[in-house]
Amino acid sequence: MKVLSSWLHEFLDSPVAPEAIAAAFDDLGTPVEEETRLGEGLDGIEVAQVLALEPHPNADKIQLVQVDRGDGEALQICCGAFNMAVGDKVPLATLGTVMPGGMEIARRKMRGEWSNGMLCSARELGLGDDHAGILVLDPALELGAPIADALAIEPDVLWELEVNPNRPDAMSIMGLARDVAAKVGVGFRIPAWTRAVGTAPADVVWGTEGGGGRSAAPDGSGGEFAVDIVDPNGCGRFVARVLRGLDPSASSPAWMQRRLTALGMRPISAMVDISNYVMLETGQPNHPYDLAKVAQQTLRVRRAVDGETLVTLDDVERKLTVEDLLICDGDDRAVGLAGIMGGAECEIGPSTSDVLLEMAWFDPTSISRSSRRVGLRSEASARFEKGADPGVVDLAADRFCQLAAEICGTTTEPVQVDVVGTLPPRPPVLVRTARVNALLGTDLSRDQMAGLLDAIGFASVVDGDDLSVAVPTWRYDSATEIDVVEEVARHHGYDNIPRRDLTEPRAGRLTDRQLSRRGLRRLLCGLGLAEVLPLPFLAPGQLAASGLDPDGIELVNPLVADESILRTALLPGLVGAVAHNHARRQFGVALWEIGHVFLPPPSGQLLPDEQEHLAVVLAGQEAPAAVEVWQIVARQLRLADVTVENAELPGLHPTRGARALVGGQPVGIVGEIDPQVLARHDVTERVAYLEIDLDAAWAAPRLSDEYRQISRFPSSDIDLAFEVPDAVSASAVESTLRTADDLVWSVKLFDTYRGAPVAEGARSLAYAVRLQAVDRTLTDAEVAEARGRMIDAVTAAHGATLRG
Amino acid sequence: MIDDIRRIQAEAANQIAGAASLDELATLERDLVGKGSELTGFKKQMGSLDHEARREVGAALNRAREVLAAAVAERREVLEGQAAAERATAERLDLTEVRAGRDAGHLHLVTQAIEELEDVFVGLGFTVSEGPEVEDDWHNFTALNFGTYHPARDMQDTFFVALGEPKEVVMRTHTSPVQVRTMEERQPPIYSVMPGRVYRNEATDATHLAVFHQIEGLVIDRGITFGHLAGTIDRFTKAYFGEGFSSRLRPSYFPFTEPSAEFDIQRPDGTWLELGGCGMVHPNVLRNGGIDPEEFSGFAFGFGIDRLVATRHGVTDLRELTGTDVRFLEQF
Repeated sequence: MKVLSSWLHEFLDSPVAPEAIAAAFDDLGTPVEEETRLGEGLDGIEVAQVLALEPHPNADKIQLVQVDRGDGEALQICCGAFNMAVGDKVPLATLGTVMPGGMEIARRKMRGEWSNGMLCSARELGLGDDHAGILVLDPALELGAPIADALAIEPDVLWELEVNPNRPDAMSIMGLARDVAAKVGVGFRIPAWTRAVGTAPADVVWGTEGGGGRSAAPDGSGGEFAVDIVDPNGCGRFVARVLRGLDPSASSPAWMQRRLTALGMRPISAMVDISNYVMLETGQPNHPYDLAKVAQQTLRVRRAVDGETLVTLDDVERKLTVEDLLICDGDDRAVGLAGIMGGAECEIGPSTSDVLLEMAWFDPTSISRSSRRVGLRSEASARFEKGADPGVVDLAADRFCQLAAEICGTTTEPVQVDVVGTLPPRPPVLVRTARVNALLGTDLSRDQMAGLLDAIGFASVVDGDDLSVAVPTWRYDSATEIDVVEEVARHHGYDNIPRRDLTEPRAGRLTDRQLSRRGLRRLLCGLGLAEVLPLPFLAPGQLAASGLDPDGIELVNPLVADESILRTALLPGLVGAVAHNHARRQFGVALWEIGHVFLPPPSGQLLPDEQEHLAVVLAGQEAPAAVEVWQIVARQLRLADVTVENAELPGLHPTRGARALVGGQPVGIVGEIDPQVLARHDVTERVAYLEIDLDAAWAAPRLSDEYRQISRFPSSDIDLAFEVPDAVSASAVESTLRTADDLVWSVKLFDTYRGAPVAEGARSLAYAVRLQAVDRTLTDAEVAEARGRMIDAVTAAHGATLRG
Repeated sequence: MIDDIRRIQAEAANQIAGAASLDELATLERDLVGKGSELTGFKKQMGSLDHEARREVGAALNRAREVLAAAVAERREVLEGQAAAERATAERLDLTEVRAGRDAGHLHLVTQAIEELEDVFVGLGFTVSEGPEVEDDWHNFTALNFGTYHPARDMQDTFFVALGEPKEVVMRTHTSPVQVRTMEERQPPIYSVMPGRVYRNEATDATHLAVFHQIEGLVIDRGITFGHLAGTIDRFTKAYFGEGFSSRLRPSYFPFTEPSAEFDIQRPDGTWLELGGCGMVHPNVLRNGGIDPEEFSGFAFGFGIDRLVATRHGVTDLRELTGTDVRFLEQF
């Protein structure tokens, strides 16, 4: 919402400095996003007339303009705009002028031709956003006159404000003035608007029962027009007036056009400008119809029928549904999309003489649904959506009729139709003084609160220690005690609420899982790996290209097709990361990620099976490097019974992959990425890979944290080498050794060997075994016995043979 | 005999002084002063001498032993010194010649910031809560007081997930659903922060990410006021940014808090940084979380992390944060 200081001041009873107004906007929750000082920096800009236009000899995007500034002499200007004609009057910034942006105009050569000043656009003068061409002025203006005098420009301040959905009142100059006046402590006043020049107001109101009903002007009243609310839930109030004798040649005055332009609306015609002006000023959207084109001079508000169509003012044919609310004429033909945009058929035109004016209140939810569905947002729908003020309708109608009388010479019929549908109930709100102070941490008295509220139209009645508050009609958002608490806080001032520390003693700490995750992060960094956080969205086919099950959960409305699938594993993202770096000759990257993956919902559940995974990718390294990382990670997590089991797994090299197991249960995969996957990503290095389901790992059995006694007696160390068939995993042999005898303290694989004299299809695995008893030095006999048991166990279980 | 001893001592001393290596010295020591040496032989002959002569010979022998032991020690020290110097020369390394090897590893900037923020809040007595990134409408919107046609739903462009009824499952648009889950899981007192990844269906450019991170705070207890909110924001500001920083609250709007505020941080040079939103938890949200708003009150606050991180490190394009280029990752 934009607001001009001069317009705001029409509702204030004394002047307020721009700085104080801007500060009040910030403190009231309608912060200033941009401030523009208008009418400043115009000294030196004069009215000039175009004498001749010539092409620039050396440039085709600039032309030479000869202008007269009143002294009868031709002055050459180089200009980049082509919208003016010989004879046009234009604003000329003369030499020495300092423009509003700070640029000083000097005599200079442009592509070899002298330029003795600059012709200005509307934006350069701060008169609007138009920068497409030079501002062509009224031909009646006096040559050489200062532009500020010629256009009667007064210094003004334009603010652009941010308005939140809970501030329908801030969508109008009047509402903003009310709020600011209360904050800075000046009076708020509404100017005395006469509803129509030369006509005595004599309201006739019919059919105001809830639920609507047909209303018609009685014979002889002078006003034959009617309103019929068929859908009272959609339309809470509808006031119609008739204005007669429209002067088709009238145009809106310069002051009105300037204000509309400043607030971002294009002047179009007198009627449309008045309509917009009233909306900006009072917050009440409204619509003028050509009365002659409205069948039976009747407006009906009803739901659309599915499939019904309407051509709106922007010349687009809209397909409608029962969600949309329509304004129809007496023949039930649609003439407008209620509260959003009028139709083309009853538009005011050059032949219009009588105007039927609509001033209505539409249900915010209905407008919101309809405007979303149709995909059409307008200034009107933005106001109805937030909740317009059903109480301002009469005032806005008066203002419209007054302006129309002044500008277009109309007279208003002395009757109006005022039909009421269903308006939101506005029962008084009980505001407990103690409750307000308990929530805010303030010590305000009941009467202080009443004073703050009264200034913004929340009238209150004392109810013991508390207040019974009538919420004003312009605050559709406010309906409960907490809403009123916010108003008290806003006008008391957030800065005036004393700050307090939380005082209850509490122990802040991370959970075991959070501490464990941090431990993993430190470990992975300690291994020299860099963390990445790639997007969790994948392109269709990316899972398949990574060798995984191609199905992932889809987004309904992705930003781009390449980011439309939720990842089911971290692998595609990390392969992508390796490929990205590989393509830039950054080889051997070593990366890790801890993040969420999204698997299909378990049956009976709505949300995906969302798991936290850890993955490590080691470019230029072979599978065992990843296995080593898995062993270190498992040790960090203190997992018990950690093994790997060779297996052919999706995404991994067919003969260099394994399941990572804890207690025999799979928790992840480890190995090398499938060469076919790498080839698809143009990666020519080997890439070792590990991905663990951390949720499963955290749930898996842990090593005991009970102390295991260290022996004070010497250990006995023996080496055992076995010839083991390739089909038997080394970890299985190790596990057998570990459990073969109680005296085994540790088992470590220290050598593997393939080739003669070891048989084809087998390899030699050499283990260092440490034997140990807590209470004694082992005898040679005991060591020999344990050794024998280990050899027997391995040969029996794995078809292995002891090597000499 | 004494003359013999002196002669042998002098000859031996010469030999020791001339020893060229530690090995040679060890051999000389064994031959000249060891068990089989000539000097040791004299000791055996002493039995045949009278008392006086035995005393003199014994003294001469002892002296010879002492002198030779000292000579050996002295020579050994010299030879050891030479050997150490030779070894040092032979083993010389230029330690500036080391080839690039292992790296220290890198924690992503966003993770660094999350951990730092968690630590600040843990220090202020908070726990850390987490929740899923794919959420249902209840937790992401409805329970947070977003009505079905509430205009505020437009404030957050939502990615919808092809599960359940249309628009029933979403990528969470903020970390606030974790507030609801926390309330559903336990009764007050609640003092918790909730960091995590969030999603907005907004075009990505240098200053906007569709996938980014937030941290959210929730306090619910008896007697919690707006004053506590302002005080906590200020405590956090000083703990995280530094003592020279301060904060202010300005009225704003969020469906799930009332009164609501934006909070800004003032830098020591007087400039302001708009950081995040906050407010008193709306009574409807407390009720939806199973908490009686007449008995308990609370506040919530939240802000984005990625932009804060980018500002702090001068990262001019936010998209670097979701990128995987090691030239970026290895800088931090």
